[in-house]
Amino acid sequence: MTGPQTDPGQAPEQEAQPGRRLAGLSSVLIVGILVFLVAVFTILNGTAFLNFGNFVNIAVDASVLLLLGVGMTFVIITAGIDLSVGSVLVLSGVVGGQVMVALSGTSEQVQSYQFPNQAIGIPAGVAAGLLTGLVFGLFNGLLITRLKMPPFIVTLGTLGIGLGLAQILTGGTNVRFVPTAIQSQIGTKEFFGFLPVPVVISLVVAVIAGIVLAKCGFGRYTYAIGSNAEAARRVGIDVDRHLLKVYALSGLLAGLAGLLDLSRFNTTSIGAHTADNLASISAVVIGGTSLFGGIGTIIGSVVGTFIPAVLRNGFIIQGVQAFWQEVAVGVVLILAVFIDQRRRSAEERM
Amino acid sequence: MSAENPEKNGSDGRVVLGTRGISKSFGAVQALKNVDFEVRSGEVVALIGDNGAGKSTFINAITGVFRPDRGDITFEGEPVRFESPHDARERGIETVYQDLAVAPQLDAVGNIFLGRERYRPGILGRLGLLDQPRMRRETEEQLAELNVRIRDLGKPLSTFSGGQRQGVAVARAVMWASKVVIMDEPTAALGVAQVEMVLDLIRRVRDTGIPVLFISHNMPHVFDVADRICVLRLGEMVTELDPKKNTTDDAVAAMTGAVRSRGGGAQ
Repeated sequence: MTGPQTDPGQAPEQEAQPGRRLAGLSSVLIVGILVFLVAVFTILNGTAFLNFGNFVNIAVDASVLLLLGVGMTFVIITAGIDLSVGSVLVLSGVVGGQVMVALSGTSEQVQSYQFPNQAIGIPAGVAAGLLTGLVFGLFNGLLITRLKMPPFIVTLGTLGIGLGLAQILTGGTNVRFVPTAIQSQIGTKEFFGFLPVPVVISLVVAVIAGIVLAKCGFGRYTYAIGSNAEAARRVGIDVDRHLLKVYALSGLLAGLAGLLDLSRFNTTSIGAHTADNLASISAVVIGGTSLFGGIGTIIGSVVGTFIPAVLRNGFIIQGVQAFWQEVAVGVVLILAVFIDQRRRSAEERM
Repeated sequence: MSAENPEKNGSDGRVVLGTRGISKSFGAVQALKNVDFEVRSGEVVALIGDNGAGKSTFINAITGVFRPDRGDITFEGEPVRFESPHDARERGIETVYQDLAVAPQLDAVGNIFLGRERYRPGILGRLGLLDQPRMRRETEEQLAELNVRIRDLGKPLSTFSGGQRQGVAVARAVMWASKVVIMDEPTAALGVAQVEMVLDLIRRVRDTGIPVLFISHNMPHVFDVADRICVLRLGEMVTELDPKKNTTDDAVAAMTGAVRSRGGGAQ
């Protein structure tokens, strides 16, 4: 009964310190790493790197991954994982693209790049792509909550299902003759001549998601479930229902990312997204979200998405083989998880 | 018995929560055997028993964690069946579980208002925006009224010691309970000063008329705070002791079965 503390008001301040210092360190560290990278590439390359146009390029490059990272942040805060995002992205792009092609004109018309009915075809394709993402997300969520299966296995399964279906639908070749308006009006369009639409879409989504996570009941429940699902259940939170929503959100955002990808290249890129799941998980974890659940921010995930994007861009300008980017991201990822683990064990000692 | 201002009406001895013939088995193990038990307004009832006597099982059975195999539960004079802990909580029965059930990554305000969040007025609240200043203010007011000190309301509980987390869990139960507070080993793992705070809180809750059911191993704490002591042994309610007349030795004897019950338990 004689515990170590004697005063209920302020017991072990000094014991609490290491955990808090590390927690602070990880968020300062990632912003610091980003600033450091920008500084290094600026010193090495001057205005070839440090100019507005190049930063816009980096942002466009990061926009698709950022959408996946936003959904992934919610999922990982609940102590889950979603490995299917890259496949869902591809399948949503394929479904959206095929619906656009099918509804925008006859096959002769679209093959000569005539899209008389694109006013119907494009919105229908967008809806079909978003719906595909949402359905996959709900499917993930239902398997995880109803069948009590681990998210890792469920989403590993739907990763295969999604990519397989995309290849079955297309015969393995990318969707062609997608209405060019989606590229000219969305994918490569710039608001006021300098703000690319994909960047605006991603940032708007990120800002809304950031507010929802930090300020709304939905975000509060997301943290609570990742922190202690049983405690959430006992106070009457419908944990399964909330998890279903979180995986549905991740699927929906993967669908949106697929459409954004479609609009940027005016075609699908079936083979190009096999590592998107790991890239977005890395970005989120580098951004300070804990794989153990209960901790994370959207702003962290934004920074975590930009670190690989800046590296890739900087290496290309520098003339370094871009493969070094993957090496560097791997190092940062391991460092981020190490800090997270130290933080957790510092907390548990108390 | 129905509720015309059932709170704050002092110790009129009204039965708030009662059980009759509660039994529960897990496979071949009969964890509870025909337990009759009552909690009356304005009293602190201690429930004691050795490890495995069925104390936590009994608490879980009456708060809706699981349903008893047989027997009836009455709440405010009416038969009830709690489908979940949330169900019991909605009726004003708050429980501090032994494993605390707090979310360590949320702060004290977040934990205290978990599942009972306050939203901003108007359209912003409809959109799901939390009223964090209001929740913090209400927490501060309530804690001041209860004379509970929490180190930093804005820090996650993971930076708190075990005792401080306990303080938050106890404060949460006391803040929201309108009918009964149940505490499963609330003083285990606490330092001396924190034990005093919890025992003091129990008395203060009792004095508002809300009964407290207090489960503990610790005889000095039990004899310090309880008005009545009920003893569980091997799933049976074996006897009831009066802390003013009986001694710690009597309690230990009843718990271990060294002395067979005198009188018939709690009714």
